[in-house]
Amino acid sequence: MKRAFSIALAAQLLIPLSAHAEDLKIGFISTFSGPSALLGQDTLDGFNLGVKSVGGKLGGRNVQIVQGDDQMKPDVARQLADKMVERDRVDVMTGMIWSNVMLAIAKPVLDSGTFILSPNAGPSQFAGAQCHPHYFAVAFQNDSPNEAMGIYMQDKGYKNVYLMAPNYPAGRDMLNGYKRYFKGGIAGEVYTQLGQLDYAADLAQLRAKKPSALYYFISGGAGINFAKQYDQAGLKKDVPMFAPGFSLDQTILPAIGDAAVGAMTATHWSPDFKNAASAKFVADFEAAYKRTPSPYAAQAYDTARLLDAALKETKGNTKDKAAFRRALEKAKFDSVRGNFSFGPNHYPIQDYYLAEITKGADGKAQVTTKDVIVRNHGDAYSKDCKMPN
Amino acid sequence: MTPALAFEQLLNGLQFGVMLFLMSAGLTLVFGIMNFINLAHGSFYMLGAFFAATLIKITGNFFLSVLIAIPATAIVGMVFERLVLKHFYRRDHLDQVLVTFGLIFVFNDIIRILWGVAPIPMPLPEAFSGSVEVFPGVQYPAFRLAILVAGLLVAFLLYLLIVHTRSGMWVRAGSSDRVMASALGVKVSLVFSAVFAVGAALAGFAGMMAGPITAVMVGMGDSILILALVVTVLGGIGSIRGAFVAALLIGIVDTFARVLLPAAFGNICIFMLMACILAWKPKGLFPAHG
Repeated sequence: MKRAFSIALAAQLLIPLSAHAEDLKIGFISTFSGPSALLGQDTLDGFNLGVKSVGGKLGGRNVQIVQGDDQMKPDVARQLADKMVERDRVDVMTGMIWSNVMLAIAKPVLDSGTFILSPNAGPSQFAGAQCHPHYFAVAFQNDSPNEAMGIYMQDKGYKNVYLMAPNYPAGRDMLNGYKRYFKGGIAGEVYTQLGQLDYAADLAQLRAKKPSALYYFISGGAGINFAKQYDQAGLKKDVPMFAPGFSLDQTILPAIGDAAVGAMTATHWSPDFKNAASAKFVADFEAAYKRTPSPYAAQAYDTARLLDAALKETKGNTKDKAAFRRALEKAKFDSVRGNFSFGPNHYPIQDYYLAEITKGADGKAQVTTKDVIVRNHGDAYSKDCKMPN
Repeated sequence: MTPALAFEQLLNGLQFGVMLFLMSAGLTLVFGIMNFINLAHGSFYMLGAFFAATLIKITGNFFLSVLIAIPATAIVGMVFERLVLKHFYRRDHLDQVLVTFGLIFVFNDIIRILWGVAPIPMPLPEAFSGSVEVFPGVQYPAFRLAILVAGLLVAFLLYLLIVHTRSGMWVRAGSSDRVMASALGVKVSLVFSAVFAVGAALAGFAGMMAGPITAVMVGMGDSILILALVVTVLGGIGSIRGAFVAALLIGIVDTFARVLLPAAFGNICIFMLMACILAWKPKGLFPAHG
């Protein structure tokens, strides 16, 4: 009798549990502490807004987000990923900002059969020989914005350009992407310390070389230091600044202020994009979070809407992995970027635009989109990818 | 390298060195005089910058903001010394490292809660926004010259205070022999509080000077703390003179190593310098005690 009672009780308890298991579980590993906490916050806010924009559910399923703070450390991210895959049994992993974090967690996550949708990190490894049927990069391949600026400056006939980036793998990748298309002569190629405070010495060297333009990738706090000091050194009028969008995005522009005005960037999205999806996203984001969204937020918004479109196709089913993969590859959704599709290596094929940092009507620095530089731009690594069918 | 460029780089090195000195003066005072390791020193650097940036937003006046922000940082330092840190003076260095390392996280989170995660703007003062021709053909940003002058002035005032005043004598007495000094009527605990407040104010001032040229953001003090510790150890713990010489040395060596040597090598130069000097003088350049 007692035993029967316990079974009944257990069954009672199990009902809500099994109902709960129907939720779509999303592992969200991003950076929520330290100097780059804003990037993780923008990514999460963008993702949540994306879920809200399609009715608060993805493909008709309730969403449960399992959040983890990688602290910008690959080893911490690896532990979080193991836990999310083994204990939480997430269906999809997303949130990752950094390529080194992605490289640390991708293999164990993919080996477990879990899907990865990267809302930012786009390392070359998974675009080429290591491409994987369950791995999708929704934002870009790291080289691409740099390639776009290389194409633009080559077209405009710039000669003698000075290159700067921090001395770590992504810094070298960025400049290599630029040099893949820019052949107009390099005045100097300087790798600075990661997270450097003072650039006075490097700027004095730059001035002595008399370059016609500067192309630099320095993001985050160091990017703020650099842009302020470049302006204070009086270099901006003689040596115009060019950069990939990450060096001057909405997460750091408010802190740089006027010092960045006049700089040119290459970007795949900016808040002033005219298409309807982008206009709605920017208006909703500003209403909900009282700040201008960055590309990190836009990419995460697209990630949520991509997931929704694919899940609608499979009727919410993620267990049939082959079908879910096909649905992701072909998913039709209104990207804030306008033109967006996946290449054979699951990396984006999209348009890149020239943008200028201008002073807005409110007196604040903003990104103003100019002309398109290149349409339907894929990446250089796709040819090495033998995607299994 | 042309003479003009070499001169400009020398100025850059000196200016960076002076900045490091402002940061490490407080650290070496607290370390040398109170025998207390304060890893949270970088947090006062951050607090100073946030206080000043916020006041500038309200008042619109850089100098007024700095004048208010310096005592504000000192008061925060003094409150923490009274409430938390004074209980750790007699504990060993490991306990001190643990509690002040924990305080770094506490301060970072307080800043995050009050100001948010986004870096905040801190404009240059209007009067120093241009550049000055310091040498034929060398334009140097006026604000960096101002940092150089302010740092040298602070160094001189500290020297006067410690070597030529009665309160300076108490400080030196307290550091040489705490028990004997208090037996002779020096209120050692009061002296320590004052030293800690001055140390916090100096770090805060360094943060205020760095604010307009660097990012004012959560964790901004963490990276400069490492360099300040190098300066402190290299100069001889507790020696203001040592900190001054070591800071200038590091500023100049770091600047020239970075522009003359390949990237990977330039970055480790100051640590190699530190290893060499410590091998030659294990107690630093100007040991304060014996």
